[in-house]
Amino acid sequence: MNKNRPVNLDLATIKLPITAYVSILHRVSGVILFAGVAILLCMLDASLESEESFAALKEGLQNPIYQFLIWGTLAALAYHMIAGVRHLIMDCGIGESLEGGQLGAKIALVVAVVLIILAGVWVW
Amino acid sequence: MVTAVTSFGRSGLYDWMIQRVSAIAMAAYTVFLVGFILCTPDLGYEQWKELYSQLWMRIFSLITLLSLAAHAWIGLWAVLTDYLTNRMMGAKATVLRVLAQVVLGVVTVTYTVWGIEILWGF
Repeated sequence: MNKNRPVNLDLATIKLPITAYVSILHRVSGVILFAGVAILLCMLDASLESEESFAALKEGLQNPIYQFLIWGTLAALAYHMIAGVRHLIMDCGIGESLEGGQLGAKIALVVAVVLIILAGVWVW
Repeated sequence: MVTAVTSFGRSGLYDWMIQRVSAIAMAAYTVFLVGFILCTPDLGYEQWKELYSQLWMRIFSLITLLSLAAHAWIGLWAVLTDYLTNRMMGAKATVLRVLAQVVLGVVTVTYTVWGIEILWGF
C-alpha cells in the first residue's frame, strides 16, 4: 500500500462540534482514570489493612492535596461513566441522528458537571 | 496494514463487546460502592471490613478489577493507535507505540495483582 496517500480528513483544520469535544474528553478522562486507579487502590489498601490505617486514611482525607487528587479522580470517573452510558444508550439506537447526538452530548456534559460538583462537595 | 495484532480480543467486534460488558460491571460496582458509603453515615473500620470479607463482595470486586484490566487495555489501544501513528510521528511510531503498550500492560497487570492482594490479604 502506498504510504503517502493523501489524507482527506485533517482534523486540525476542522472546527470541532460539541459531540467531538464530548468524545475527546471521554478519552482524556479515561487516560486520567487509568492513573487514578493507583490512588483508588492505595485508598482501598489503607482502608482494609488495619484499624489504624483506616483511621490514618480518614485523617489523610483532610489534606487538601489528597482531596484534590481524589476529586480529580472522581471527576474523571463521573465524566467517563456518563459519556460511557451515553454510548450504551446510543448503542440501543436512541439519539443516533445529528440532532439526537448533539442533544445527548449536551445532556451528558450537564449531568457530568453536576456530578463533578457533587463529588467536590462530597470530598470537601 | 494490519494494526490489530495488539488489540485485546483480536477483532473489533470482540473488543466492542468486551468494552461494553466490562463497562457495565464497573458502573454497577461504582454505583453500589458510592451508594453504600453514602448510605452508611458513620462508616467505621468494622463495617467496611465486614463488607469486604463477604465472598460476594470479593467476587464483585474481582470482576471489576478484571473488567478494568480489559477495558483499560482496549481503551488505551484505541488511543495509542490513533495518536502514535506513522503519519503523526514518522517511522518510529510503531516502535514507540508497542513500547508504550508494554509499559501500560505492565501497569495493568500490576493493578490486577495488587488488587487481588488487597482483596485477599487483609
